[in-house]
Amino acid sequence: MSLYLLALLAAAVSGVPGLFLRRRGGEVATGLLGLAALLGLTASFRVLAGGSGGTLALRTAALGAPGLLVFDPLAAFFAIPVLVLAFCGSLYGLGYWESRRGNTPALRLVFGWLTASLVMLVAASHALTFLLAWEGMAIAAFLLVMAEDREAETRRAGWIYLVATHTGTLILIAAFALLARTTGQYGFTALPAGLAASRGGTILFVLFLLGFGFKAGILPLHFWLPPAHAAAPSHVSALMSGVLLKMGILGIARLLSWVPDPPLWWGGTLVALGVLSGLLGVAFALGQHDLKRLLAYHSIENIGIILLGLGLGTLGKSQGNPVLQTLGYAGALLHVVNHSLFKGLLFLSAGSVLHATGTRDLERLGGLGQRMPWTAAAFLAGSWAICGLPPLNGFVSEWLIYVGAFRGLGLGRQAWPVVILLSLALIGALALACFAKAFGAVFLGLPRTEAGARAQEAPRVMLLPMGLLALACLAIGVAPLFLMPALGRVVDTLGPAGGSGLPSLPGLGAISGMALALGLLALLLWRWLRPGSREDGLPTWDCGYATPDARMQYTASSFADGLVRGLRWALWPVVHRPKVSGWFPRPARYEGHVPDPVLDRAAAPGLRFGVRGAALLRVAQGGALPVYLLYVLLTLLVLLVWMVA
Amino acid sequence: MLQFLLHGLTVLLLPPLLPGLIAKTKARMAGRQGPPVLQLYYDLAKLARKRAVYSRTTTWVFLAGPVGGVAAGLAASALVPFGHTPAPISFEGDVILFAYLFGLARFLTILSALDTGSSFEGMGAAREATFSALAEPALFLGFAALAKANASLSLGTMLAFPGSLTTRFTGPLILILAGWVIVYLAENSRIPVDDPNTHLELTMIHEVMVLDHSGRPFALVLYGASLKLLVLGALILTPALPRAAHAWQNWLAFYAALAGLAVGVGLVESSMARFRMTKVPQFLVAGVLATGFAFLLMLV
Repeated sequence: MSLYLLALLAAAVSGVPGLFLRRRGGEVATGLLGLAALLGLTASFRVLAGGSGGTLALRTAALGAPGLLVFDPLAAFFAIPVLVLAFCGSLYGLGYWESRRGNTPALRLVFGWLTASLVMLVAASHALTFLLAWEGMAIAAFLLVMAEDREAETRRAGWIYLVATHTGTLILIAAFALLARTTGQYGFTALPAGLAASRGGTILFVLFLLGFGFKAGILPLHFWLPPAHAAAPSHVSALMSGVLLKMGILGIARLLSWVPDPPLWWGGTLVALGVLSGLLGVAFALGQHDLKRLLAYHSIENIGIILLGLGLGTLGKSQGNPVLQTLGYAGALLHVVNHSLFKGLLFLSAGSVLHATGTRDLERLGGLGQRMPWTAAAFLAGSWAICGLPPLNGFVSEWLIYVGAFRGLGLGRQAWPVVILLSLALIGALALACFAKAFGAVFLGLPRTEAGARAQEAPRVMLLPMGLLALACLAIGVAPLFLMPALGRVVDTLGPAGGSGLPSLPGLGAISGMALALGLLALLLWRWLRPGSREDGLPTWDCGYATPDARMQYTASSFADGLVRGLRWALWPVVHRPKVSGWFPRPARYEGHVPDPVLDRAAAPGLRFGVRGAALLRVAQGGALPVYLLYVLLTLLVLLVWMVA
Repeated sequence: MLQFLLHGLTVLLLPPLLPGLIAKTKARMAGRQGPPVLQLYYDLAKLARKRAVYSRTTTWVFLAGPVGGVAAGLAASALVPFGHTPAPISFEGDVILFAYLFGLARFLTILSALDTGSSFEGMGAAREATFSALAEPALFLGFAALAKANASLSLGTMLAFPGSLTTRFTGPLILILAGWVIVYLAENSRIPVDDPNTHLELTMIHEVMVLDHSGRPFALVLYGASLKLLVLGALILTPALPRAAHAWQNWLAFYAALAGLAVGVGLVESSMARFRMTKVPQFLVAGVLATGFAFLLMLV
């Protein structure tokens, strides 16, 4: 516990020295975050290894049972991506942000606060600490999103985020109050059996799902997410997408851990939401031109995959099937960490692209692979992992969910296993198309602009964190077996199940073996290709045309056009198609984009309407002191009458 | 042990024969003599000795396609049983690894096509990505139906289980195989989805993606494509083959069936034209529907 608290402290104050130092403030902050990561990871590994009690608590007598902060295996597990990404993000920020912006010290301070709130949140075991950390995280993230508040787009994104996150928090406050009414205390304890199936349990589930859903970006509560991720500085986007969203998942996982007997429809709802978020998330990603928005929609997709796993586990729990419960929860929780690693990696490399070229527009990028080979390799590793392709880590977590769903097929006439299977397969195929498009448009072919042609590789301090994350992705993908004892302990916190059986899954060793064989084969083939004499420096054979140029390349929009058109019933793309007529048609412009249906068609108009309604209330707020005194008097009178009556 | 050795030798040596058989069938159907059945072996030997040409826009990703295609294909070949001879590697959930290895090969092939910056290759890559997204559900629905039938998640037991066509799973099995044949034709870029012999780049899918490959990289591309014919062929042949008493009979049955499959593909190619691009998704959806119905029948 003391290690954990020290980590919390180090993260919280990491930005403070920078306020007083004239130089090297960034290095000090990064050093402190590195220290926090070292301490926190040590604490995490100790708890996950099952040593020294496994659970550590900070108690105060007044607040009752579980204490304020409990560092149990679930907390330790979620703390890992928080600390890793915070350190990597801070290191990356040294090269990405330090040199050119004025508000750097403030940004560093808030970055530390965000990390500290997240570290506190994972272990919170009391409604008070949980909501405190939750709100701290929300506000810190808002301030970070607003880092470039000179741009109207950023201000809008920040504003939408603030509204969404506070709506979620309000719902959560109601949910915790209701929870306290049923259990009699604000500390987190197991709910009595039978409660979940009652009407009170239903209301609790819906409220928590809404509150946490806003944070996790579950469709249709995701609308704040793409603009906020696009507008935030890239290392902040990495932390937001990698960890902040996962706090919604942590909340849902905590809820599931309290409930001994979730009704069947809980799991069914989670699966349905997972299908919706997963499929529509990747479908909307396909339609994006903005690199960071595209990545943000993929976060929604991955939240969908995590929900599929959670739903599978919950269905297993309801039916008393420990195998499904273990496989589902293990897949979901491992995917939480995996997604943090590869999405962090992707956002950091997208940030390098933005840093080097000044644009996030896929149609204005291209050919960066030759000029920024390391960034390209990092982005490729991230894409590889996020598509769930072996031998990287995304495959392992999806594999666990797949195996669980296949096992579920044996349970008689139930529709959900095949729904999970099909969604995962389709999500995988669409994600592959989308990342082929993104990587191809940004890094392959010829540069489409002057800025792209002059792009320079990112400095080492930015490449280092990307390399660390890529290595972590590879390590989990090649040797998943080593993780399983720890993962089993985490899974067992969500309800007694066979978490200890995870390491004996026969496939895990075989996956490692296949990964090694794949690597070896690739190496051999590669060596066979290399020494062959070669002819360099010729143009691409464009079917006989000798001078192909960048404007003739296939664009990202063209690449995705077939799929976007096939999915237009869901995406509602907006297309401005010029009419070409006559023998000598005039120059024309084609334009197409996929707006977010929830934000642009429902939430934004709704908010505008709400603001107009709120304007009516302004009559009551004239600003004159006598009027306010009158209000106080009237309130007193009303209360008096009410008390007497 | 001997079985595994034979498995490995089959994977390494046999694949180039299959395109030769298909081409021979097509030639005979058209009343021509056609190239020798071993033509692809000659081509590979020649390409291995040739110099490779690299466009100045390409990076190392350009080579990742051929290398990844063959490496993933070889890895996947170890998971699939050849007829009723068990696969060298078999474990619960190997189905998923099998499918995703082909996903990996596709991903890298698409990227190496995009690396050239050519519009034609981009077009082919986009088509490949689009159409395979439709083929994936058909593959997995088939797996789900087979897993439902025999409560197994391992490719070996899943495919080898039906054995004979006399059980009550006959109907679903036929539907699964029908759906998978569609996937087979699409994944191997065969008529009616794609025409490997067309001379017009605008209408190609797979061939156009490798226009810029030459020399050894191109040899790998060709070998990888023929490997895919073999491995996916084993996937659709195994459930249809009867189980024999002796190992050598099983092997013989498998080789005969493989030759039959190649001839069958040749016959399909001779008897119909390539679909218009807009028709291809409908064809693939038919595969999804067939396997979907198979799954529904399994529930009854």
